[in-house]
Amino acid sequence: MDIAHNKNAGNIAHPSPQTLQPLQSIDEVDAGLGAAGYIASRPISTAIYLAHHLQKPILVEGPAGVGKTELAKSVASWLNLPLIRMQCYEGLDESKALYEWKYGKQLLYTQILKDKVGSVIGESDNLKVALDKLHSFGDIFFSRNFLEPRPLLRALEQPRGCVLLIDEIDKSDQEFEAFLLEILSDYQVTVPEIGSVTALVPPIVLLTSNSTRDLGDALKRRCLHLHIGFPDERLEARIIASRVPGIDARLLKQLVSFVQQLRALDLKKLPSVSETIDWAKVLVLMHTSVLEVAVVRETLNVLLKFEADIEAADKQLAGMTHKAQREAGIT
Amino acid sequence: MAGRLDVPTASEPLRRFLQVARGAGLRVSAAEGIDAARALDVIGYGDRAALKDTLGLVLAKTPDEKALYHEAFELYFKHEAFSAEAAGDDGAAAGTADQGQKGGTALGQLLTSDNRAGLAAAMEAAAREAGVENIRFFTQKNLYTRRILMTMGLRAVEEEIEALRRDETAPGLERAALLENRVARLREAVRDLVERNMLLFAKGENEQYREELLKSARLSNIDRRDMERMRVLVRQMAKKLAARYAKTRRRRLRGQLDVRRTLRKNMGWGGVPFITVWKQKRIEKPRVMVLCDVSGSVAAMSQFLLMFLYALNEALSDIRSFAYSGSLIEVSEILEKEPVEQAIEKILEAIGFGSSNYGNAFADFEDGWMKFVTNKTTLIILGDARGNNNDPRTEILARLSQRSKRIIWLNPEYPTMWGTGDSDMRRYAPFCNLLMECSTLRHVERAISGILEST
Repeated sequence: MDIAHNKNAGNIAHPSPQTLQPLQSIDEVDAGLGAAGYIASRPISTAIYLAHHLQKPILVEGPAGVGKTELAKSVASWLNLPLIRMQCYEGLDESKALYEWKYGKQLLYTQILKDKVGSVIGESDNLKVALDKLHSFGDIFFSRNFLEPRPLLRALEQPRGCVLLIDEIDKSDQEFEAFLLEILSDYQVTVPEIGSVTALVPPIVLLTSNSTRDLGDALKRRCLHLHIGFPDERLEARIIASRVPGIDARLLKQLVSFVQQLRALDLKKLPSVSETIDWAKVLVLMHTSVLEVAVVRETLNVLLKFEADIEAADKQLAGMTHKAQREAGIT
Repeated sequence: MAGRLDVPTASEPLRRFLQVARGAGLRVSAAEGIDAARALDVIGYGDRAALKDTLGLVLAKTPDEKALYHEAFELYFKHEAFSAEAAGDDGAAAGTADQGQKGGTALGQLLTSDNRAGLAAAMEAAAREAGVENIRFFTQKNLYTRRILMTMGLRAVEEEIEALRRDETAPGLERAALLENRVARLREAVRDLVERNMLLFAKGENEQYREELLKSARLSNIDRRDMERMRVLVRQMAKKLAARYAKTRRRRLRGQLDVRRTLRKNMGWGGVPFITVWKQKRIEKPRVMVLCDVSGSVAAMSQFLLMFLYALNEALSDIRSFAYSGSLIEVSEILEKEPVEQAIEKILEAIGFGSSNYGNAFADFEDGWMKFVTNKTTLIILGDARGNNNDPRTEILARLSQRSKRIIWLNPEYPTMWGTGDSDMRRYAPFCNLLMECSTLRHVERAISGILEST
């Protein structure tokens, strides 16, 4: 693959030193993600394609459960790259995200070396000579051997590149966001004791956010911004069909139609794709072939997670179920 | 192959579209413009859907911006539709057109010869020459229409028509009528073009201009039809303030070691301090009590202050609000339960629009809520201090000022009016830590930002 890439390098406008073949078209992304079990809408494929060619991170926003994290996983499995995931939370700092010194090991080595120090500097007659001798050993305790790489550093050190998923960036503090800027724009980080570490192969970076807080402009400027909303009926049906193989076509049509109607209601938490998938699995397990009001009522808690929502939907259950049946051609 | 340029120059259509996008209210930085150009190098202009997705990914970075972007994109790329549009209704007139093909002005020929593509091109060229993308206000529409028509050579055509009329030959008159008809149609087309351009290039700026006006207009004069826009504005401003002050609630005190927590943290290494913990100072969110005058004179102002404060609630730890005119009641509960707009209507119904009695209101407050005022409380009083010659009870305000952290008085009147007539402002002034004129949205913002700052 390496050789093939070198041949191509002269022909593309923005050559990427990836060891994998540069992506040729958006359709290729579509097909690739499809093969990995992710049915992507057109903007999603375009985003991945652009991210690859422009070497820019993608900021993925959208409601919970529409497949933001799943997208990163699918990209990794399709390109056969390792996925490195960093979950953000309040109080996350660089010692957990980037690197940490192995204090225990350092301490242990100090203890062991204590005895040896005497023999090394034993013969020197004055302090200056002794110090010079010590200096010649360099900063042994603050070297790579004592460095514990955390996700970000690990991502930069992957020999073949990787997919770096920075999950729920909106949960982290604003300071951490600023800290990310260096890695996002230059694919390098600075470790004070060692210097800058630059990525061997720039990773494909995906950041996800549920918009619990507004992200800074500086961060947004460095990213492509992809908004994944709820899928339309056709796309959702394709997603379910790929995730729940063996589902009856008519049932599929009904349940998708039902969920789409449910999303039109005024609910606290709208059901998203992951809930639809769960529901489809449940229905398949129950050997349901036609959606009946009773079945829907029993399993509604798979779709809706708030008591108030279930109550609100309950009143319109019959109507929606029948409409779903009509749309699927069952009378 | 493209000379290995890292920063390709933005092509003309892209440059214009970026201008349009900015006009529509998207914030497109120079860096994003460069990204867009790079992205288009990869994607190309061939596929409209891909083009739209691509620019959307690079330029629009919030759901709101995505919607704006969508609109701008559709509008911009419909732009060149002139020729196709007019083609339908023209068939009937086409028959009479060929008779008069003898000389005349260039524009006249273009007009009579049914060369729609040529006409559209001439129009676009004239529009560019007239600088139509600089249009900002709807009042400029006629100006630009005229300019474009002049550039296209309308004067000559008009003279031609006049000359034909003077000659009074039958074919000449017919041609004159035809030309007149065509000129009228052209005028409409140009007006259309100018209007489209105004939508494209000036929408964002017009909105901005209007918002700027609203921000510094006296709130008592705000028109009903601007209320919705004001609400949006208030929310925006509050959000900005909240974001600015919500970020650091803790500040590290440099150089002061927190011994207890350092020892704790380093227990694992036998107390050898590998990790140091520094003392921190917690910055408290301000506690706010607001007393709003809802008597006729100040009600509009109160509404905006409350709206602002409640839009801010992430940056404040708790707000208790009170409304008074003749007497005083607590309205926190109503405000928490319902959206501010409706809540305010309810409050006004309950006690609003009476004549205010400050002494009475302060007495009510002292009886009911004095005990909740602590040295952390910021007291905001909004009112014109016109107590209709009732006893101002300044001694209550004195007690309040001793108990609370500070008192901020916002007065919607011009400072020159303070203390005139039945205004007790000068009497209350000594007990207020801060006394501000507060009659526009900008004043409200400044006052609140001051409250958040000095904590």
